[in-house]
Amino acid sequence: MKKSKAFWGYLVIALVIYAVVQGMLVTGMLDLYYQNMLITICINIMLAVSLHIVIGITGQFSIGHAGFMAVGAYISAICTMKLGLPFIVGIILAGIVAAFAGVLVGVPSLRLKGDYLAIATLGFAEIIRILFLNIDYVGGAAGMVVNHATTWTYAFFGVIITILVISNFTNSRHGRGCIAIREDEIAADAMGINTTYFKVVAFVIGSLFAGVAGALYAHNFYIIQPTAFNFLKSFEILIYVVLGGLGSLSGSVIAAIFLTAISQYLQAFPETRMIIYSVVLILVMLYRPTGLMGTKELKDLFKARKKGGSEV
Amino acid sequence: MDWLQQLINGISLGSIYALIALGYTMVYGIIKLINFAHGDVFMLGAFIGFFAITRWEMGFLPALIIAMVLCSMIGVIIERVAYKRLRNATRIAALTTAIGVSFLIEYTMIFFRGATPEAYPQVLPNKNINILGANISSQTILILIVTIILMILLQFIVHKTKIGKAMRAVSHDADAARLMGINVDNTISATFAIGSALAGAAGVIFGSYYTRIDPLMGVLPGLKAFIAAVLGGIGSIPGAMVGGFILGIVETIVSAVGYSLWRDAAAFVILILILILKPAGIFGKNIREKV
Repeated sequence: MKKSKAFWGYLVIALVIYAVVQGMLVTGMLDLYYQNMLITICINIMLAVSLHIVIGITGQFSIGHAGFMAVGAYISAICTMKLGLPFIVGIILAGIVAAFAGVLVGVPSLRLKGDYLAIATLGFAEIIRILFLNIDYVGGAAGMVVNHATTWTYAFFGVIITILVISNFTNSRHGRGCIAIREDEIAADAMGINTTYFKVVAFVIGSLFAGVAGALYAHNFYIIQPTAFNFLKSFEILIYVVLGGLGSLSGSVIAAIFLTAISQYLQAFPETRMIIYSVVLILVMLYRPTGLMGTKELKDLFKARKKGGSEV
Repeated sequence: MDWLQQLINGISLGSIYALIALGYTMVYGIIKLINFAHGDVFMLGAFIGFFAITRWEMGFLPALIIAMVLCSMIGVIIERVAYKRLRNATRIAALTTAIGVSFLIEYTMIFFRGATPEAYPQVLPNKNINILGANISSQTILILIVTIILMILLQFIVHKTKIGKAMRAVSHDADAARLMGINVDNTISATFAIGSALAGAAGVIFGSYYTRIDPLMGVLPGLKAFIAAVLGGIGSIPGAMVGGFILGIVETIVSAVGYSLWRDAAAFVILILILILKPAGIFGKNIREKV
């Protein structure tokens, strides 16, 4: 009862935010620059949250997330540009195909652990990228021209659905299983949790939403090129999740918003941006290795304060 | 197409991979960390060699030695500043820090000198020698000789000196080594120093062989050298050498048969196949996991 009340509360807040921003966009109070920035923030939130379920919840270190984003981007672009299908069909197909790619990558590689898994996912992402680089149908290295179709509405509801599905997953039986794997894989196995199954499920959900985010990304930038999905992109997504706090959904959302806003302002100085990113990343890892929020959510902080802030 | 020729090209590319892979494998063997910044130490080595040759007008060998010395210092600084605190941290924290250090080096370099590539000066005599119908440049032979000397030197250090003995002990069991009176911190620093010196040497060799260097040149060779280390069995020094040579030869053959755009994919396919089929690598030992 109480939980569903909170759920409707969040939904109303989300719809109000959506309506206010949409109103400001329609009346022209926010110009194209801000619209673009908002859409980029939404796409990055989706990427961060979809990686959060793999790294933060299940504890599987994947650094090849841009690969699934690439799959989504190219599939949706093929749907809309080559086959003439509507954008929404492109988004859905992008999600489905990216999820399928997630199965193909996840089943063999999730048997590996830690560093090996990280490097294997990186390898798969690079193979996906090189695959697109060598297919002439999608333009090879020159890339593919895509119409602008992503609007604030698509981006915002993409974020809402992503967060809804992933937070519900986290609180479900499956999510508990994944958290158990994160805490101790051997113990989870001993308790009768089918670790491979749960890992693959989390990985597939993560790649599905990465694919959807890729579709939105493709239709926001007029052109997609394989170089946009190299491991720099994967690391960027990783930075959102790690900085926000491994295991904290609101943390990764906040980090995605904050870092995207910073990088938009530093767009003219890409080197400075990367230097700031890396220094912040190193400092956070050295002095607060769990990330800024740890495994806590935003609402936990408020709760702790109400109680008198006895726990930190 | 001449197979012998391609084989020799492959071996010289492979020897560069092997030199970088040695640093990866030694560091991983001792502190279980994929040192992503290793590829960037390789890049720094190439640039140090470049400046030594163009600004201070040195020959190949003095430039090589200067690059090795400076790179080993850089390696120790990286280890002391960034990695030392992370000895007992989680894998994710360690790996993320390594990625951060790698970015920091790359983009600081770009910040100070721009991303434009630099043409490496011709420092080695370039004469073609004809052996069994294959055209082999004297450069290739010199590079191979330097690589082999460095590898023999490394084997000597690891197996015959006191510090080598300490390194082997720490990689076997750090706690037991500490109880035996080995200074584990210094041993780890020495490992970084040796590994980075080899990466620096690889940088100078790469520069004088491929004649083009840029601040992001370390990323791909770094990853491929890591693949070579995994292929040979991570933690194993002969494994890294063999893995490097195999990877170099495979890549050259893939480009030679006309799939040069797929060259990078070939390396990653090898990585995934080896991880799935034999994660311990060619020379690795299967270690039973303890609860």
